[in-house]
Amino acid sequence: MNMIVSISQPWPWYVAGPIIGLTVPALLILGNKNFGISSSFRHVCASCFPNGIEFFKYEWQKERWVWIFIVGIIIGAWIASAYLQNPNEIVLNPTLKNELSQYGITDYSNAYLPIQIFTWHSVFSIKLLILTVIGGLLVGFGTRYADGCTSGHSIMGLSALNWPSLVATIFFMLGGLVAANFIIPYILSL
Amino acid sequence: MKYLQYIVGGIVFGIVMSKSEAISWYRIQEMFRFQAWHMYGIIMMAILIGTTGVFLIKKFNIRDYRGNPIPFHPKDRSIPRYLIGGIIFGMGWALSGACPGPMVVNIGFGYYAMLIVFFFAVLGTFLYGYFRDKLPH
Repeated sequence: MNMIVSISQPWPWYVAGPIIGLTVPALLILGNKNFGISSSFRHVCASCFPNGIEFFKYEWQKERWVWIFIVGIIIGAWIASAYLQNPNEIVLNPTLKNELSQYGITDYSNAYLPIQIFTWHSVFSIKLLILTVIGGLLVGFGTRYADGCTSGHSIMGLSALNWPSLVATIFFMLGGLVAANFIIPYILSL
Repeated sequence: MKYLQYIVGGIVFGIVMSKSEAISWYRIQEMFRFQAWHMYGIIMMAILIGTTGVFLIKKFNIRDYRGNPIPFHPKDRSIPRYLIGGIIFGMGWALSGACPGPMVVNIGFGYYAMLIVFFFAVLGTFLYGYFRDKLPH
């Protein structure tokens, strides 16, 4: 029981980081696969609506492992939500909390999303639409343009010491920095 | 069970990402405002372990479980691709608070607003495919 209580606490970076890093050699040895998740968006396009576009003509059936991996992720997340939830409020930098309170974000009962914005009840709110619709479009477009996401470039690519992945990671960070500091404050005050 | 390793790998990944709060919109905001070490620590430890693993595989010519050599897929050399695509991706990452992996974790956790993000990410990828020939690479 004590075991469950202690793993229900948030895991520190020096525990989580190595486990995520182990995914790289594990997938290479147990599956001969390069770690990467964003390619799944491309497989959805290729399998559901290729529309004669050259970029979506390839043997997506051979990439079935990504789907199985994603099913595993969903099961893992469900296990965490059902059995390992942290009973305490998320611990954040007070500066961030202070800033967010100016935009009316005060409810931290959900550790993962500002529940006052990310709910179905506010599905027509302009804030939610910008964060989810525009955010999603940018992620999907950008990840394919840059040929990878955080897993494919920043974890797998950097682990293999790929120069292009370093360039991509630097610009991921730059884009995020600009959006978080200069664009999101504007969106949240709408 | 040909795909068992992917199911197990996915489950471990899903639990770790949830429990480390790496899927939290708040943690992403902290990271991009340089207000916490947490996410940097996770990413750097992951790279350190990943690099060690890849180094050992290359150094000792370790083969996969079937005995086949392990190929790495190097990415193309380009600046415009990573500059433009990277900045676009980074902005989406900050807005939605989730890159592709965490989107799926959030959905599994039961936060269905992330389904909107996932859907539009697929649409974004489709748009990239559609306009691909007109973009600098």
